[in-house]
Amino acid sequence: MGPNLFINYGEAVAMLLFGIGFGNLLLQSNLIKKIIGLNIMDTAIYLFLAEKGYIARRIAPIIVDGIQDMDHYINPIPSGLVLTGIVVSVSVSALMLSLTIRLYKRYHTLDLDQISKQLKKEGL
Amino acid sequence: MDYMRNFPCISIILCLFAGIISSGLRGKAAMWVNTLLLVVNTVLSACTLTYTLTLNEPFVYVMGKFPAPWGNEIRAGVLESLMAFFFCVIMLLSMLGGKHKLADEVEEGKTYLYYVLTDLLLSSLLALIYTNDMFTAYVFVEINTIAACGLIMIRQNGRTIEAAVRYMIMSLLGSGMLLLGLCMLYDLTGHLLMSNMKESVAMIVADGSYEIPLIVAIVLMSVGLCIKSALFPFHAWLPDAYGYSTASSAAMLSSLVSKGYIFLLIKIIYRVIGFNVYHDTRIIDVLFLFGVMGMIFGSLSAIKENDVRRMIAYSSVAQIGYIYMGFGMGTQAGMIASVFHILSHAATKSLLFIAAIGLTDVSGGSRKFIELTGSGYRNKWAGVTFTVGALSMVGVPLFSGFISKLLFAQAAVQNHTKMLPALIVLGISTILNAIYFMKTVIRIYTPVGDAAYTSVTYKDIQSCAVVLVAFIVLNVILGISSQPVVDMIQQGLATFA
Repeated sequence: MGPNLFINYGEAVAMLLFGIGFGNLLLQSNLIKKIIGLNIMDTAIYLFLAEKGYIARRIAPIIVDGIQDMDHYINPIPSGLVLTGIVVSVSVSALMLSLTIRLYKRYHTLDLDQISKQLKKEGL
Repeated sequence: MDYMRNFPCISIILCLFAGIISSGLRGKAAMWVNTLLLVVNTVLSACTLTYTLTLNEPFVYVMGKFPAPWGNEIRAGVLESLMAFFFCVIMLLSMLGGKHKLADEVEEGKTYLYYVLTDLLLSSLLALIYTNDMFTAYVFVEINTIAACGLIMIRQNGRTIEAAVRYMIMSLLGSGMLLLGLCMLYDLTGHLLMSNMKESVAMIVADGSYEIPLIVAIVLMSVGLCIKSALFPFHAWLPDAYGYSTASSAAMLSSLVSKGYIFLLIKIIYRVIGFNVYHDTRIIDVLFLFGVMGMIFGSLSAIKENDVRRMIAYSSVAQIGYIYMGFGMGTQAGMIASVFHILSHAATKSLLFIAAIGLTDVSGGSRKFIELTGSGYRNKWAGVTFTVGALSMVGVPLFSGFISKLLFAQAAVQNHTKMLPALIVLGISTILNAIYFMKTVIRIYTPVGDAAYTSVTYKDIQSCAVVLVAFIVLNVILGISSQPVVDMIQQGLATFA
């Protein structure tokens, strides 16, 4: 466990960040802080993927100098997954932000608990 | 007949294109595109179902002509095409049943967006059913979430926006965990296609290496999908989301969206991890426990509820509990019962939501029980349909709910350690179901002296009445001739691995 943790410090940091983001998204009552938590969580997963996909002293698989040997390049799929993931997380963040704006215009607060209280008062 | 291999891919792409086209159309035209799309997809998936039944084995459709370990694949067997067919039928009925309410519920000039979202929802559901690639599944899970969120918030009031935010938060937690588990599994196996992943997982297990990372990955994916499908402790967002959105949205969300995630979990269990490996991780005991708790606490919340639509929503929590209890049995019979319950619950819950709209409409739009008194006489069609749905949920013979309860009980008897808790909870849950559904049925058939509200006749609700009858027929078919469906599920699960 010990030496492995030190060698894979990138993955360990990614997991730590994932935990921080997850906790923020779950526990913060401020909507903006929740969205920040969401972004930290997603980014931690991309760090994890990038860390796993990179092999030391190899380069991205773009052939410029005619070397076709597989040992010269890294696996491009994790990078592709990161790109796809970024697109997904951008659209989700945009949706969350637009919902937050809607709620703020209506209730003049970003606190989700307070919004729930006001809704109860409205008795809808 | 071989051209039918293209149908799954065509149906997904048709949905995506219909969504794009509808975004440039007006409300009425978008509605026709949507209805046409749903009919075409129903026919296409019915064709796929008959084709896979004659084929006797699943077929793989290679996207873009890249062979197995690299390319993206679609895989269709009996189970997949049966699910797709059912989802299309229920979506069609739900959309037709809520159509007349849409003008009141959605802002003027924005109805076309509703149809765009529905098209995208169908595309993501079909892709979740058919795909053979884990990362594609993740992407479509997110599309499903976004479309579902849009369907909740398209009816603009404070409640729905708050419900949409809560739904998004829970969903994002779930999909974050799913993505992390998926990435870990990709690192362990080096593949993204389900069949290749399964081979590698079998090798890892035989090897005895990476035991803990494998379990972590399995737990992350299972918990992520449990959160997204509103298993018991994660259901806080559900009553508001189902209770205040539009009629069709509530019907589709309860009967289809959560089922899409559950079906993905079934795929992960059978096609990625392997049933035996999954069984040995003991996580199924956790699923069993939470399923059983959901069955009881969901029903208790439903009894306390004073709002008919929120009551039906809480009943969904209990029914999701049933499905996870079936997973938790850890036997083939339990899984068959769960899959049948997915179908039966989808057919019944959408029926209940659509019928409840008919009842609240003739009670001045109020959903409180006191106002619903006698509404079964004012709208006879909705009253009868609601009664059918209630009887089916309680588990009266002739209706689909009875068959799924019977299958669950049979599965429970085969499992010695879990037999007693499963049967006891099944019994308690049936009684609780009977309490709140029969309470409602008695309420809607209690006559009131003074006619405060006007009744509706067949002429007023022509199209809706046809849909209600179709729902009843679907339920009775599932209830009376369940054996062919169960046989198909059995055959599908056998060839699933």
